[in-house]
Amino acid sequence: MFYRENGQFKTSYQSDLQIFPIAQDRIALALFALVAFVAVPMLASDYLFRAVLVPFLILSLAAIGLNVLVGYCGQISLGTGAFMAVGAYAAYNLNARIEGMPLLLSLIGGGLCAMVFGILFGIPSLRIRGLYLAVATLAAQFFVDWFTNRVAWVTNGSSSGSVSVSALQFFGLALDSPARKYLLCLSLLVLLGLAAKNLVRGAIGREWMAMRDMDVAAAVIGIRPVYAKLSAFAVSSFIVGVAGALWGFVHLGAWEPAAFGIDKSFQLLFMVIIGGLGSIVGAVFGAAFIVLLPLFLNLVPHWLGLAISTGTASFLEHMIFGALIVFFLIVEPHGLAALWATARQKLRLWPFPH
Amino acid sequence: MGFFLETLFGGLMAGMLYALVAIGFVLIFKASGVFNFAQGAMVLFAALTMARFAEWIPRWTGLDNMLLVNLLAACVAAAAMVVVAWLVERLVLRHLVNQEGITLLMATLGISYFLDGAGQLLFGSSTYKIDVGMPKDPMIVLENTFQGGLLLSKEDLYAAAMAALLVVLLSLFFQKTKTGRALRAVADDHQAAQSIGIPLARIWVIVWSVGGLVALVAGVIWGSKLGVQYSISLVALKAFPVVILGGLTSVPGAILGGLIIGVGEKLSEIYLGPMVGGGIENWFAYVLALAFLLVRPQGLFGDKIIDRV
Repeated sequence: MFYRENGQFKTSYQSDLQIFPIAQDRIALALFALVAFVAVPMLASDYLFRAVLVPFLILSLAAIGLNVLVGYCGQISLGTGAFMAVGAYAAYNLNARIEGMPLLLSLIGGGLCAMVFGILFGIPSLRIRGLYLAVATLAAQFFVDWFTNRVAWVTNGSSSGSVSVSALQFFGLALDSPARKYLLCLSLLVLLGLAAKNLVRGAIGREWMAMRDMDVAAAVIGIRPVYAKLSAFAVSSFIVGVAGALWGFVHLGAWEPAAFGIDKSFQLLFMVIIGGLGSIVGAVFGAAFIVLLPLFLNLVPHWLGLAISTGTASFLEHMIFGALIVFFLIVEPHGLAALWATARQKLRLWPFPH
Repeated sequence: MGFFLETLFGGLMAGMLYALVAIGFVLIFKASGVFNFAQGAMVLFAALTMARFAEWIPRWTGLDNMLLVNLLAACVAAAAMVVVAWLVERLVLRHLVNQEGITLLMATLGISYFLDGAGQLLFGSSTYKIDVGMPKDPMIVLENTFQGGLLLSKEDLYAAAMAALLVVLLSLFFQKTKTGRALRAVADDHQAAQSIGIPLARIWVIVWSVGGLVALVAGVIWGSKLGVQYSISLVALKAFPVVILGGLTSVPGAILGGLIIGVGEKLSEIYLGPMVGGGIENWFAYVLALAFLLVRPQGLFGDKIIDRV
C-alpha cells in the first residue's frame, strides 16, 4: 500500500539511471542514514560499539570487497585474510615510518598496497579457473602468514611479532571514543559501498558479470579477460585492504599475524555466501549475521540458566555454527539478499495478492 | 649424499600421508562433484573415535589383547564414518543437488565445523595416542655405501606399506567389484549412470564412506606418529595443493602429487629455507602447485579443460 511506485514517472535519462529509483527507498534510506549517523552515536553503549557495531561495519566493508570478486566476477578467493593483512601491515608501516602521516592516507596507502598484491595474485586467474583457482588463492594466504611472521621489517622489528598503533587522529580530531571510531568506519563503509554499487551498475560491472557467467563467451563478444579479471581483483583487494587496515587500526589497535589467518578468510566467504553472491546489500546482511551469531549463541545458555564450561560452549558453538551454515545453504542458497528481494516484491503488492 | 637421501626419504613419507588424505578428496570429488573441505575434519573425527575407543574398550570389557582391542576400535571408527557418510548424504547433499560448486564447498566447510566440534565434544580435546604396535626404533641401512649409513624409521616403512596396501585394495574394489564399477560409472557421467539405473543417493553414501575409511587409515597412521589432536585436521590444508597438482579427478595424480609435494617441501625447507629465514614448508607446496598449474591448468592427470561457448 505504501510501497508502490505508481505515479513516479521518469522524465529524464538521469532519473531513469539513478541508483535508487523508487521514492520510498530514498526516504527510507535518508531516515536510516539519520539514525545511523546521529541517533546511534548518541544512544549506543561503549560495549555495543566495541563488540558489535565497529566489527560489523569493518567486516561489511571487507565482505563488499570480496563480493566484487566472488559474487560479481566469479573468481573464488580463499585468501581474503591475506589481503586484509597486507592492507593492515602496509598502513601500519606507513603510519610508523613516516612522521605525521595522516590516518586517511595510511588507510588508502594500505588499500593501494593490497591492490598491487591482489593484482599480483590475480594473474594466475587468467589461466586457472574455478576450484583450482580457489586452492591457488590459499597460496596468498599462507605466504602472507609466513611473511608477516618471519620478516622483521614488516613488524618494524617488534620482538613479539605483534604491532600496535596509538593516538590515532583524523584531521586533528582524536579518535579516542568508540563513537568516533564508529563514525569513521560508517563513513568509509558508505563511501566505498556506494562506489562499489556504482561500479557494478556500470560498464565494468557488466564486464565482470559476463566474465562470471561464461568467460569464453564474454571474450568472444569483445570483453578483455585480462582487464576484466584483474580490475575485479584490484577493486576487490583495495576495498578489502582498507577494511584490513581499519580492522587493525580501529578495531584491534594491537594485533599479530594470527588476526588475519585463514579463519578470517573463511568467515568472510561465509558472509558473502550467506548474504548473497552478487549483491552489495547482501554482503552487509551476511556480515551482520556472522557477527551477531556467536554473540547470540553465547547468550543462549545464560537465558536458559545452564552452566556450561567454556570448552564445551566453544565446541557447541562450532557445531551450531556449522549446522546453521548448512541449513542456510539448503533453505536459501541465494542468500539473505534473495529473501530481501522477495520481501520487497511482496511489499509492493501488499495487501493485494497480485 | 646420505643426508640428501634421508631428507628425500622423509619427504616421500610425508608425501605419502598427504597422498592418503588427497585420495579421499579425489574419490569424493569424482563421484559427487563436491570439493570436500571436511576431509581433514573427517581424519580428525575418525582418529579420535579410534583412539578413544581403543582406550575405552579394555576398560569396559577387560580385554587386554592389544590386537583385538585395536581391531574392535577400528571397526567402531569405521562404522562411525559410515554413519557420518549416511548423515551427510541424507541431511546435506540430497538437498543441494545441482547447486554450484562454491555452494557445495561452503556446505562442506559447515560440515567440517560441525565435525570438529562434535568430535571434540564427544571424545575430548586433549592429545590422545593410537598404538597399533608400530615399531618406534629407527634402523640403519646401507652402512657400506655411505659413511654412517642411512637412518630410516621403521614406523615410516610400515606406514608406507599400509598405505600401499590401502591403494591396492581400493583399486581392486574399483576395478573388480560391481559396486566399484557403479562408482566409476557415476564418476564418468552422473546422468548416464542414473539413466541405466544406478541409484545416485546410495552411491554417494558408499563413496563418502570410502572417503571416511581412507580418512581413518590416514588418521591412524598420522595419529600413531604424532598423537591425535586438533592439529590433525589441518593436514587437509596440506592436501589441497596435492590434489590440484595431481588433478582433481585422478587417483594416481593424488599419489604422485603427494609424493612430489612431500619431497619438494622437505628439500626446500632444508636447502632453500635457511636463505629466507625458514618455515617455508607451509606455503612452498602451494607455490609449487601454483607454478605448475600455470603450465598445465588441469594438473598432472586431471581431465582436460575444453572451452565451449
